[in-house]
Amino acid sequence: MASPGNNASGFDEQELVTRAQAGDNSAFTALVQRYQNRIYRLAKNITQNKEDAEDVLQEAFLKAYSHLDTFQRNAKFYTWIVRIAVNEALMKLRKRKTDRTVPLDEPVDTGEETVNREIAVWEDNPEQRYSRDEMQQILDEAVQDLKPDFRAVFLLRDIEELSTEETAEALGVSVPAVKSRLLRARLALREKLTRKFKRKGEDVFAHL
Amino acid sequence: MLTCKQFLEELNDYLDPSIDPETKRHLEAHVCECPNCFVIVDTTQKTLKVFRGMDPQPIPEDLKNRLWSALERKMAAKKGVA
Ligand SMILES: [Zn+2]
Repeated sequence: MASPGNNASGFDEQELVTRAQAGDNSAFTALVQRYQNRIYRLAKNITQNKEDAEDVLQEAFLKAYSHLDTFQRNAKFYTWIVRIAVNEALMKLRKRKTDRTVPLDEPVDTGEETVNREIAVWEDNPEQRYSRDEMQQILDEAVQDLKPDFRAVFLLRDIEELSTEETAEALGVSVPAVKSRLLRARLALREKLTRKFKRKGEDVFAHL
Repeated sequence: MLTCKQFLEELNDYLDPSIDPETKRHLEAHVCECPNCFVIVDTTQKTLKVFRGMDPQPIPEDLKNRLWSALERKMAAKKGVA
């Protein structure tokens, strides 16, 4: 996966931002093009709702365009647009009354551990055993089952590759909260995927 | 030696490539002795790998069109003001 901010073709991010800030619309358009897929995926993952995600995508880029002059050039544009999108997405999430959302500023889960950990080795290369769509669905379902505040941390840290500090800032939570939630999220996902991908008929490690 | 619970609390540090060598050795000692945590480390790494291996799918064409026309309107409006 290409790392965010890197560019295979054309200008680097810094240069596009500089030009966009100077009023070059085609430079801003290039930035949108570069990140629209990732931002949409992030919005969909956080809101768990297609219409909301479409709104978030649009509002995030329109907001970024309107506030381009407030963007600090020593920051990363990608991190900035992610932060805007996350705020929009969280707002949508809070608006949905039907959502069983836990407030994001809920105290840190000090963690009663899952008792029945799934301990089993995986079959080889699950990526090759499932089609891309099947794999996507498995991963989406696993993410969906996370509590919203764990989900957001996992998406920003492990999928969008923001730092712990950037994630804390984007979500308005403390650094220790990010660390603790990331650990719970990773373990929960590992658990779910292990149930799916474990090598069948091998219980050697299932004795804990 | 660490208990499994203590080790798992440090799992993210253990998986972090920028971990300091001392801590790494300390945690490694547990993994070498404990088949369960060895498997948890391995499958957690694989979990992250499958997630990171998925590139985002292109956004639907009609959504792209709506995004682009909204942007164009915004850009035109800004031009009008200037
Ligand atoms: Zn152990």
